[in-house]
Amino acid sequence: MSTSQGLRDWLLSEEPTSRRQAKYASWYKGWLTLRSNTLAMMGLFVLAFLILCAIFAPFLATHDPFAQDLGQRLLPPGEDGHLFGTDSLGRDIYSRLLYGARISIYIVLLVIMVAPLVGLIVGTVSGYAGGWIDVVLMRVTDIFLAFPRLILALAFVAALGAGIENAVLAISLTAWPPYARIARAETLTIRNSDYIHAIKLQGAGPFRIVTKHIWPLCISSLVIRVTLDMAGIILTAAGLGFLGLGAQPPSPEWGAMISEGRQYILDYWWVATIPGIAIFAISLAFNLLGDGMRDVLDPKEDNS
Amino acid sequence: MADQNVNQTGGRLRPPVPIWVRKSLATSATVAFTILGLLFVTFMIGRVMPIDPVLAVIGERATQAQYEQTFRDLGLDQPLLVQFWIYVTDVLKGDFGTSIRTGQEVTTDIARVFPATLELATLGTLFGVVLGVPLGVIAAVRQGSWIDQLARFVGLIGYSMPIFWLGLVGLLIFYGILGWVAGPGRLGIFYQGIVEPITGLILVDSALRGEWAVFRNAFSHIILPASLLGYYSLAYISRMTRSFMLEQLGSEYVTTARVKGLSECQVVWGHAFRNIRIQLVTVIALAYANLLEGSVLTEIIFAWPGLGQYITTSLLANDMNSVLGGTIVIGTIFVGINIFSDLLYRFLDPRSK
Repeated sequence: MSTSQGLRDWLLSEEPTSRRQAKYASWYKGWLTLRSNTLAMMGLFVLAFLILCAIFAPFLATHDPFAQDLGQRLLPPGEDGHLFGTDSLGRDIYSRLLYGARISIYIVLLVIMVAPLVGLIVGTVSGYAGGWIDVVLMRVTDIFLAFPRLILALAFVAALGAGIENAVLAISLTAWPPYARIARAETLTIRNSDYIHAIKLQGAGPFRIVTKHIWPLCISSLVIRVTLDMAGIILTAAGLGFLGLGAQPPSPEWGAMISEGRQYILDYWWVATIPGIAIFAISLAFNLLGDGMRDVLDPKEDNS
Repeated sequence: MADQNVNQTGGRLRPPVPIWVRKSLATSATVAFTILGLLFVTFMIGRVMPIDPVLAVIGERATQAQYEQTFRDLGLDQPLLVQFWIYVTDVLKGDFGTSIRTGQEVTTDIARVFPATLELATLGTLFGVVLGVPLGVIAAVRQGSWIDQLARFVGLIGYSMPIFWLGLVGLLIFYGILGWVAGPGRLGIFYQGIVEPITGLILVDSALRGEWAVFRNAFSHIILPASLLGYYSLAYISRMTRSFMLEQLGSEYVTTARVKGLSECQVVWGHAFRNIRIQLVTVIALAYANLLEGSVLTEIIFAWPGLGQYITTSLLANDMNSVLGGTIVIGTIFVGINIFSDLLYRFLDPRSK
């Protein structure tokens, strides 16, 4: 108890003695703000729960998610040890949901790795270089922004072929422009500040300035935007899966599961309904968390 | 924006070109550039796809000579830039090629399916505006009240719910269980072919022809998908209306109006709301554009014979001409609506003159 109290005091100290202490203190204060936001915490709990489900899917699953049993098809929830019932091929919906969480998280991680990075590079280069490079890059960004996203993703998937990786690529290709806009705006405000001039006088090249001194300052606004966009990305991925263009059967992707259950909706409602609730839960969680993160990382923005 | 204009015209001695001419030229250049970009993307998609465009036309049993003939006819022996030029001129002439699936010109196909999408998106937007604007205004005026919480809740659900799932559940409840609305499709089978199309919008056509039985049937088909789409635009419109209104209500002229003793109704609707009308038009235009696109998944669920369904069915049949044609049409409308709302903004907002 006394050590945790000491740690708390160290974190909340008014006069941090080291750079590390200041950094941890600002994180801790952010965490305290986030913790006071009930809805954001609910979002965080749901996400943590889903991630745990995804990690421990093999232990939590009661059945093999791919094992078909035509004698057991379309059982209602609760019957014969199938918590959420079975689908048209007799596969256990509960177990498939657990494994499906892995796919959703996999998609989210892949998009997070691609889209913001592309946006960050385009935006900072454009903002720092200025001149014709800025004009060209921003025109290209505008073109992508002017496109309808889902339609463009559809067209990309059509060209690349259906599958999770291609769906991720298509989503990323349509998702980067807003990040580029944000990163450029941040860069423009940072570019002429004194410390950048100081580093320049010390002889730092443009590459070093952009990657070491501009990128870190763009991160927080990007993180907010990414968290808020996550729900949209999950919905788009599920939509592509639903259309048969994302994850391919027998993969237990949630959108594809809804699509499989669609034809039985009037008689066997649970087959299509339950995966939808899972999608809803994860994107709601991201939305709640994103709102809370915005309060923490960006106090300027009015989130009332 | 105003400063820019002063700089542009003030520093020169030549007779100044009117600002609106400059602006129109700049806007036209932007539109042309964006649409050219759109065409370039669809062109590249058409080139990198794993389907051989020649085989798609002549089939797999053609001889080598036929193959080479078609290869040249399609212009595939030309450099890429020339191919792109041919593509652009074709598209500008309204020629998207022939659909492999339906065997018709893609333009004809799109003209046939587009009114269905238009009807759905229009009704959806109408729904979103009629409910969303008052909801947003009231939520801003009574900040923190139950109606504000309701607006927030509506928004959160709207941003988090997969639209295709909501459509399925809606069908299950309102068609399957309650039987309040008609099922998938645009018109019951007994009502098809009665009304001669005028505009292609069944609701309008049947009303114009006075076929009220058809009108009622069409309405009971469209009401569910349209209100689901409308819900999504309601979420967006009410959220934006609320934040615009909050900004106005916090400004000093509102306080002045209150101090002068104007009624709350006059302050809210007569002063604050008047000032957000222009921003609101932009938001509504964007919501409309989004619905045209968002109807893709809804059309699949409700077997709605519109553009979205046309694109996805063609996609699954590897019919690239139709897919790219549909993409260009939706993309162009999207760009058009964006530019339109931008122009409207400039035209209506006195500060930008």
